Amino acid sequence: MSYVKCLTCKQCNNQYPIDPINVCELCFGPLEVSYDYEKISRSVTRSSISNGPLNIWRYHQFLPVSLENAIDIGTGFTPLIHAKNLGALLGLKNLYIKNDSVNPSYSFKDRPVAVTTAKALEFDFKILACVSTGNLMGSVGAHAAKAKMKSYVFFPKGLEKGKIIGSSIYGARLISVDGNYDEVNRLCSELADNFKWAFVNINMRAYYAEGSKTLGFEVAEQLNWKAPAHCVVPAASGELHTKIWKGLMEMKDVGLIEKVNTKMHLAQPEGCSPIVKAFNNKETQVTPIKPNTIAKSLAIGNPASGPFALKTLKDSSGSAIAAPEEEISECIQLLAETEGIFTETAGGVVISSLRSLVKKNKINSEDITVAFITGNGLKTQEIVEDTVEYDEIKPTYKSFEEIIKI
Amino acid sequence: MSVTVRIPTPLRKITNGLDKVSTSGSSLAEVIEELEKKFPGFQARIYDENKELKSFVNIFVNGEDIRFLDGLDTKTKSGDELSIVPAVAGGN
Repeated sequence: MSYVKCLTCKQCNNQYPIDPINVCELCFGPLEVSYDYEKISRSVTRSSISNGPLNIWRYHQFLPVSLENAIDIGTGFTPLIHAKNLGALLGLKNLYIKNDSVNPSYSFKDRPVAVTTAKALEFDFKILACVSTGNLMGSVGAHAAKAKMKSYVFFPKGLEKGKIIGSSIYGARLISVDGNYDEVNRLCSELADNFKWAFVNINMRAYYAEGSKTLGFEVAEQLNWKAPAHCVVPAASGELHTKIWKGLMEMKDVGLIEKVNTKMHLAQPEGCSPIVKAFNNKETQVTPIKPNTIAKSLAIGNPASGPFALKTLKDSSGSAIAAPEEEISECIQLLAETEGIFTETAGGVVISSLRSLVKKNKINSEDITVAFITGNGLKTQEIVEDTVEYDEIKPTYKSFEEIIKI
Repeated sequence: MSVTVRIPTPLRKITNGLDKVSTSGSSLAEVIEELEKKFPGFQARIYDENKELKSFVNIFVNGEDIRFLDGLDTKTKSGDELSIVPAVAGGN
């Protein structure tokens, strides 16, 4: 059973049928899935969700795919960890880490891709494709394999090795493009117009983006059906930030949670922070920049959902933070050493921004705060390689005693 | 002089299904005026009421975003490739 009504332009509200399209013909605005919320509220309860599968499909009524077509490689329902050690260091009693780096392909991208893959099959596509900063290509490869589809992934030259291998292993066809992400994105937008492929974040973007709402649903459910006071979310295109917010609002709208007073904070690396700049200059549009950051997964200079992230920041009274580049690897290490979670560069950006929000008194010590860790550190080992130290000894008792001065 | 313009799907109803159009003009604004002559209604789709590009329309000249060039005043010459691309793509 489907709870979907149509696609609606976020800019001019013009409506479209459920097709593989992502752009309004009249104003070029983005299309978004509209649901019949009354029907949803009649069919979901807290217990119906709690008794559902331990993956994103427990929220299937809020997703634009029929449950029987779901593709499942174990995506979602990732741990929400009470980060007591890091919290104590920062002076936060109720700090939680949403550890989405333990999804099947080790990033949150499995959420939108699981939804898109199922939808692509409904539309009878044979090929799944994407433009990626690294995490998405792994997820597309994995889900395409499970769905017996072919996959083509496009990425900017010079990507981390872990991300390239983490996609090729699934049998994806890899295309390294001699340009930055925004250039690859432009090329793929042109290709998507003429190839009958499901480009997950282009022509399928309306459905794709819905998958990220499940992060908001899960956090609220894991906090015992409450929205947190603060979310700290990494931003590349800005879509994740808006969709976590949408997820929380939908839960409130159908009566699963009582209220949403969440401040949606947005984190970008200093070397690629066009949304932060626009927000701090009180603009409603984002001026594109040329990225120069070690956080490659966030290196989008022309963020597609920039205006909507700005609106979410405003509507939720959130703050936008640019994390200094030199703090990124330090904060990767900080999270690992305090909470036992090894994240990639985007996570370093989140932890640095969280620390900065505390310093600026934007978060009180009692506030329930969730930091979203969206990718896994094993994929970007290059960033912290320099910090590695180890002893070398002979296989003798004495040799060990020489280095272990107790 | 001839400039090639790549047309995205949402505009192809206006260009009678064409995905590429050859036209002329020594600046981007002139190229768009020429396109309006060929395909009436073209301008209204990409310009707002102040004759500025709508916020979700990106235009590239030889692969470079015109916001890094001179916007609608960007000079164009024979052999240039223009691409009109909806802004809503990529990332998450």
